Amino acid sequence: MFKYYGKHAPYLFLLPAGIVLLVFFFIPFFQTFILSFLDYSNNIYSPVVCGLQNYINLFHNPVFYKVLINTFLYLILAVPVLAVVPLFLAILINQKIRGITLYKILIYLPVIVSIVVAAIAFKWLYADQGILNYLVTSFGLEKIGWLTDTKWALLSVVIVTIWKGIGYYMIIYLAALMSVPKELYEACDIDGANFLTKHLTVTIPHIMPTIALVTTISAISAMKVFAEIYVMTKGGPLNSSKTIVYYIYEKAFENLDLGFASAMAVVLLVIVMAFSLVNIFCFEKNRYQI
Amino acid sequence: MKLDSIKKKLSGFWTHTVLIFVSLLSIFPFIWLISTSLKGNAENIFAYPPNIIPQDFTWANYSGVWDKVDFIGYFVNSMIVAGGTVLLNLILSSLAGYPLARMEFRGKKITFFAILATIMIPFQAIMLPVYLITIKLHLVDSVNNFAGFVGLIMPFAVSAFGIFLMRQAFLGIPKEMEEAAIIDGCNVFQVFWKVLLPMVKPSLAVLAIFTFIGSWGEFLWPSIVLTKEAMYTLPVGVNNLQGMFSSNWRFIAAGSILSTIPIIIFFLAMQRYFISGENEGAVK
Repeated sequence: MFKYYGKHAPYLFLLPAGIVLLVFFFIPFFQTFILSFLDYSNNIYSPVVCGLQNYINLFHNPVFYKVLINTFLYLILAVPVLAVVPLFLAILINQKIRGITLYKILIYLPVIVSIVVAAIAFKWLYADQGILNYLVTSFGLEKIGWLTDTKWALLSVVIVTIWKGIGYYMIIYLAALMSVPKELYEACDIDGANFLTKHLTVTIPHIMPTIALVTTISAISAMKVFAEIYVMTKGGPLNSSKTIVYYIYEKAFENLDLGFASAMAVVLLVIVMAFSLVNIFCFEKNRYQI
Repeated sequence: MKLDSIKKKLSGFWTHTVLIFVSLLSIFPFIWLISTSLKGNAENIFAYPPNIIPQDFTWANYSGVWDKVDFIGYFVNSMIVAGGTVLLNLILSSLAGYPLARMEFRGKKITFFAILATIMIPFQAIMLPVYLITIKLHLVDSVNNFAGFVGLIMPFAVSAFGIFLMRQAFLGIPKEMEEAAIIDGCNVFQVFWKVLLPMVKPSLAVLAIFTFIGSWGEFLWPSIVLTKEAMYTLPVGVNNLQGMFSSNWRFIAAGSILSTIPIIIFFLAMQRYFISGENEGAVK
């Protein structure tokens, strides 16, 4: 095909997006590293260079370790559920049964609703005199301090994330299931295979890339969780539900310790970028092929 | 044969049982919120056993919270921010996607990978410098409302996801379309605007809908930059209900439900885009 555009045309087309990405992605990205070497604790307006001091402080800070552990606990609790339950539901929904659209709409509803409203709704379920504690006590058990007990707070918040994510991942699985050749299931039926063997031998191997994709994207979003914690617990009680993004927020915007917060942001960057690299190069190659 | 049909019925029964159970779990938190929002002061909202059906039914909590909270204002602010974000994403993504799909130029590979790299950078990790830059550019609500809106929109004005989506769409158009247009005397911008853009409308729709949902629910960024209540978007305003009405759960519940109605309507109108599975992976 002949070249119908001028030499500068491609750059002109790229310019507007380029400016936005430069100002709001690339500069902040490098600035995060720079800020992490600055000390803001004496004067917020004229920071001094402090080398690796923020990182040394970070790795001597017990709260940081607590926050890291919480973040990985979050991941360990949420990711397996979000990888498995939506798959199971997608398999159930991927049949010729009545009411599929209604089921899909209802299960997808939590994805659409603002996380703030979802968190408020759960806060109300978790209330000390709330409906969940009614259920618990009606089984003859002690009331649970869902959001006020250090043993429960993190799990209670994780449940909200899971509840809000299930519909989203179910739809991703559903798209993958549609691509499994029907003949394979027919062969299974002739062999008389039951539900479990059918899906273990046909479905799972076929959609393994999607399972891996769901695992990494749910892991990345678990690393970035914020609103649930902000609305429900503010990281409490005693830091028991504080995760890394919430701690960055607290250090940066409440304690104004920008250097320390940036050092933590660098840690977050490294972890998320590692997950993303796996994701892009293993599972989403096609979408981003040049 | 008979055994087979019984088996089929039984498996259908279990399928429906599980799906009904999960559907109920999905909507129960909202049902309980709605129930609480409709209970009058004469009814104990902490009653054991709990009543799903309000015994002292009233709309008073809705009118009460409506009088005290400027929902229309929050809604308008959210519309401005989401609308602006969608518009900019459509324009910037399609402009950038076109040369990446159709043109050869120096630095194409580097540009491509630079955009790809932004996918790996979570906003949460760079939000502090983004905030400092936004202040430096005077894009905050303390300057004026317009600057405040621009500051809310700009960090999300374009995304790698959008650029790649549009690039993919342009790749799918036969090259003959452009050639014919060039022969007819179009220049490159006319080719883009008059010939190619109308052909990628379905992708533009997908991008618009998912950008809208993402922007509408955004909480972290507005809660960092906003200082004036008059500028609150719906999620920030709803979170603020907790402080305003401390333990008045009737009002908090009514306000939360009110704030959710617009997006539910939007979802039901556009549901096929969300649940068909064709656009998997488009949000977040």
